[in-house]
Amino acid sequence: MTDASKTEAPDTDERVKEMSSFRRSLIRPELGGMVGTVAVFVFFLLFAFDSGMFNSQGVMNWTIVSAQFMIIAVGACLLMIAGEFDLSVGSMIGFAGMMIAVFGVVLGWPMWLTIIITFAICLAIGAVNGYIVVKTGLPSFIVTLAFLFILRGFTIYIPQTLENKTIIGGIRDAAEGDWLGSIFGGKIFGGFFNILGDAGIIATFERGSRMGEPVVDGIPMMIIWAIILIVFGHVLLTKTRFGNWIFAAGGDAEAARNSGVPVDRVKILMFMFTALCATIFATCQVMEFGSAGADRGLLKEFEAIIAVVIGGALLTGGYGSVLGAALGALIFGVVQQGLFFAGVESSLFRVFLGLILLGAVILNTYIRRMITGER
Amino acid sequence: MSDQSKTPIIQMKNIEKHFGAVIALAGVSLDVFPGECHCLLGDNGAGKSTFIKTMSGVHKPTKGEIIFDGKPLDFETPRDAMDAGIATVHQHLAMIPLMSVARNFFMGNEPVKKVMGINFLDQALADKVTMDEMRKMGINLRGPDQAVGTLSGGERQTVAISRAVHFGAKVLILDEPTSALGVRQTSNVLATVDKVRKQGVAVVFITHNVRHAMAVGDRFTVLNRGQTLGTAVRGEISPDELQDMMAGGQEMATLEGSLGGTV
Repeated sequence: MTDASKTEAPDTDERVKEMSSFRRSLIRPELGGMVGTVAVFVFFLLFAFDSGMFNSQGVMNWTIVSAQFMIIAVGACLLMIAGEFDLSVGSMIGFAGMMIAVFGVVLGWPMWLTIIITFAICLAIGAVNGYIVVKTGLPSFIVTLAFLFILRGFTIYIPQTLENKTIIGGIRDAAEGDWLGSIFGGKIFGGFFNILGDAGIIATFERGSRMGEPVVDGIPMMIIWAIILIVFGHVLLTKTRFGNWIFAAGGDAEAARNSGVPVDRVKILMFMFTALCATIFATCQVMEFGSAGADRGLLKEFEAIIAVVIGGALLTGGYGSVLGAALGALIFGVVQQGLFFAGVESSLFRVFLGLILLGAVILNTYIRRMITGER
Repeated sequence: MSDQSKTPIIQMKNIEKHFGAVIALAGVSLDVFPGECHCLLGDNGAGKSTFIKTMSGVHKPTKGEIIFDGKPLDFETPRDAMDAGIATVHQHLAMIPLMSVARNFFMGNEPVKKVMGINFLDQALADKVTMDEMRKMGINLRGPDQAVGTLSGGERQTVAISRAVHFGAKVLILDEPTSALGVRQTSNVLATVDKVRKQGVAVVFITHNVRHAMAVGDRFTVLNRGQTLGTAVRGEISPDELQDMMAGGQEMATLEGSLGGTV
């Protein structure tokens, strides 16, 4: 391209309104999630401040619940931006947990091998999901709905056939001292909490065998995984070439293909990533509970999708933010646990959730129209 | 006609294309020189689309020869044509409204830079190049992160054209770029075509609007019922004559009398 042909254009266009930098920095996909987060924290600071929600135990309580939502929301978010859904996330969580119990407890395999094989199986199922969607052109809604039933069916059938029960325990014993198991099960920074406890900043046990130890004795790996996945997802989406392909695949698959984006590969990989997140969730959960149950992960797919949508993603793909999804998951977790602390009748949780979902989506739609010029 | 002495960048010789019993193209010849805007006119069903799809590698010609840059070419896929430097900007653009201009501009060709051995998107470079290219084409963006959805139809055409040129298109095929645009937007797109041509790109401009063709065309080839009715050089033909050739002469002439030259 030669510079000789360069023609000078006027530097301003009278039809482009100047936007203040403050307004511009606000107009972003995560705005709905940020507003919602501030709103729920203000609400609970006002109505549940004295309930113990904001002492070390309380904070850990809702942080863990939020972290659980975050792990599956990151996967659901990237997949939704790539233009697809995965309704089999909840069943995948139950299935993955059961596989760990079957391999590690019933068959007695070493825990590290159990975990690696479980991840391999679940990623393969994610790839099959994606492959069927991409090759048949069927809506992912239907394909993954089929897998919702298939995986849940196996999760009930396998333990019943092998052990005549639907809950298999003993996972914690099987994972004792295993290097890979501790990456999903343990807690870290225990020393730091001891120091905080000794300094009187956080609560300690006042009697019993653990007297003097802090009540919160470390950060569970579930939270660490949530942070790792959020950072990974955010960087992948916004800072890499592959991230551009995720947006393109969901925005308009045909246009992306015409520009040389390997749309099918992107979509299959995102189905696998969603499966990865579900399996990480399941592994942390069985390590924490010490057992796998056939009903684990029920309705988790919808909770993930709700968190993603509160976070500003467009249901039809091509638009969204991992940070937004993480905020959506935080709102979800804080509201669910906060209502308990505030002493609100637990059935009202659904009412609150519905109202937040509606409010966030309306705000998000408005913001998105401002950014993208949709009409 | 600027460079008559040069060799054509692409020559289509006696292209025939049959779909079963239907003869869509019955021996069409056309050549395009670098820096030339060659208008391909024809009414609906004249074979314009089939012809440009043959040129861009979507269809293989049943008979005939394509010579690109002096060598006979045999495209297997549209990707081959793209890699050789033949880019098509379709009526329905390869633009994603939800994505920013910069992200659209580099879609499929994202610049990367290595940070600690990992390939990251070079957003700063992408932003800079996009802003420069858009300014050259006379589009003022609020920023490189402005979404394509906020641009007008004509501006989107311009983004698509400048993207194709930036990524090394030697032959640019524009498939009815002005058919869905208003007057002002059309003139913007025509101005873009003019700028691109001056950079030495060969432009094949498909249209059925004679006035748009006359505005930028160096040469005009009219297709009718799968055949070339001849190629005319700018200044040797009047808009009326072009219109007549497109419509097949006779019927149009009688119709024109009753419509009073409004078509």
